[in-house]
Amino acid sequence: MPDSLTSESSRKPSKWSMAGKDPWTMPIEDIDLSHPGIWEAGEHLPFLERLRDEAPVHYCRQSAVGPYWSVMKYKDIMEVDTSPAIYSSEPTIGIVDILPEFDAPSFIAMDPPRHHAQRKVVQPVVAPENLKKLSATIRERAAGILDELPVNEEFDWVERVSIDLTTRMLATLFDFPFEERYKLTFWSDMATAIPGGGVAESHEHRWRAMQECLACFTELRNRRINEPPRADLLSMLAHGEATRDMPPMEFLGNIILLVVGGNDTTRNSISGGVVALNKFPGEYDKLRRDPSLIPNMVSEIIRWQTPLAYMRRSAKVDTELRGQRIKAGDKVVMWYASGNRDPEAIENPDEFRIDRPNARRHLSFGFGIHRCMGNRLAELQLRILWEEILRRFHSVEVVGEPRRVYSSFINGYINLPVKLLPL
Amino acid sequence: MLAPVFYDPGTMIKVNFIEHDGTERTVEAVDGNSLMLAAVSNNVPGIDADCGGCCSCGTCHVYVNEEWLNRLKPMDEDEEDMLDMVDERRSNSRLACQIKVREHLDGLIVTTPEFQF
Repeated sequence: MPDSLTSESSRKPSKWSMAGKDPWTMPIEDIDLSHPGIWEAGEHLPFLERLRDEAPVHYCRQSAVGPYWSVMKYKDIMEVDTSPAIYSSEPTIGIVDILPEFDAPSFIAMDPPRHHAQRKVVQPVVAPENLKKLSATIRERAAGILDELPVNEEFDWVERVSIDLTTRMLATLFDFPFEERYKLTFWSDMATAIPGGGVAESHEHRWRAMQECLACFTELRNRRINEPPRADLLSMLAHGEATRDMPPMEFLGNIILLVVGGNDTTRNSISGGVVALNKFPGEYDKLRRDPSLIPNMVSEIIRWQTPLAYMRRSAKVDTELRGQRIKAGDKVVMWYASGNRDPEAIENPDEFRIDRPNARRHLSFGFGIHRCMGNRLAELQLRILWEEILRRFHSVEVVGEPRRVYSSFINGYINLPVKLLPL
Repeated sequence: MLAPVFYDPGTMIKVNFIEHDGTERTVEAVDGNSLMLAAVSNNVPGIDADCGGCCSCGTCHVYVNEEWLNRLKPMDEDEEDMLDMVDERRSNSRLACQIKVREHLDGLIVTTPEFQF
């Protein structure tokens, strides 16, 4: 099974990859978390641990994406995330700097005041009142998906459940043509793909997909402009004062943000929950005995999985963090995946405990003005899904090694072979 | 829980939380602690406080009774920024983690929203 981790990939071996290296003995200055190799191989955790212990604010001098700082501790991440005047979200929140011709700005990569104005336009889609209305739809869809699944037979959980449920939800939020919703998954995957990494063949391939996405959404938006305002994301963008006159690239950027934000993240938490419960069967027993633990478990899943491994900032001014001198212009990467495993903030952090006290205090949604907008929707989807799973099956058993995404940003799974055991 | 043997009424301040459905609760807050902490340590429902009290998540949102509003210290820019993103913000919205409970707030009344965002 484990060979499935390395096969089926068209990319060439990279000199930057640390996969297979010993995290405890390699020179600490050479540790480079930005390369996707260790993340795909699922070998990232000990590297995070070593940096947390020995170089909690670590400078990587050389990497495929240039020099950058890594912030590893919960407390320091909190400080960076809540100091937007020092650590800017512009020009981008990814490790890779964007070529000007491929730049599609969005509010996640903006500082106030532009950030606030644009975010406010789309925020109502995930407001409590709207979520109340959505919850019946989510339950119906989750039930529909689960009822179609085979019992006692191997299938891919990622494809049949994680992707399907999140894509249906996303289509609903945008009021996107439902039968064409698979396009949303495709664009989401392409948007975060590393050229040559298996999903996108090249920059151009990726860019063609993005152009196609822009064309499709522009047409839909143009239709919304001529219709009365409705409670879907596209209508909100089309009518919102701060968003209606967006240039095409900025419109694309915000569409991608909402598509990726509502897709990859929840998808990988849905898969990650199954992986976690299988690694900690005692917790699965606990869950079956007491389903009222589901809401708390959902927060614990989101911490344990940390579906987005990091967010990047850029220092606006010379500053200091844990004694390290960070210069204006330096890239600063907050590794949420590390902060969420920091024993100084979270007791026995590598353990998955569905009744963990203060489970909500994880970093996966970020903190401060850029805190995840869809956090409550994500929790709602996971909660309802697990309620419906427990109603139908004794367990979702992992029956093979999952293949992980080739990315240091998307911390998740390409596939997850499972078998359902009946009640 | 054991009741404290010596109780100094001077150090405890009463604050009132009203839930969105009208349920009222009076709890005792420690002088100098935040209103959020008073809620969380007394199991007042409706306050999530995901960030633990550093004004960075907006999940300890409360509506302050109008009569008490001007007795609070005005909010700073960080609180303003976080509240700016709360969809159900009203003119009397505040974050409980930014309200330090002091003697002059004895009897404070706040309402918790149905959902923390």
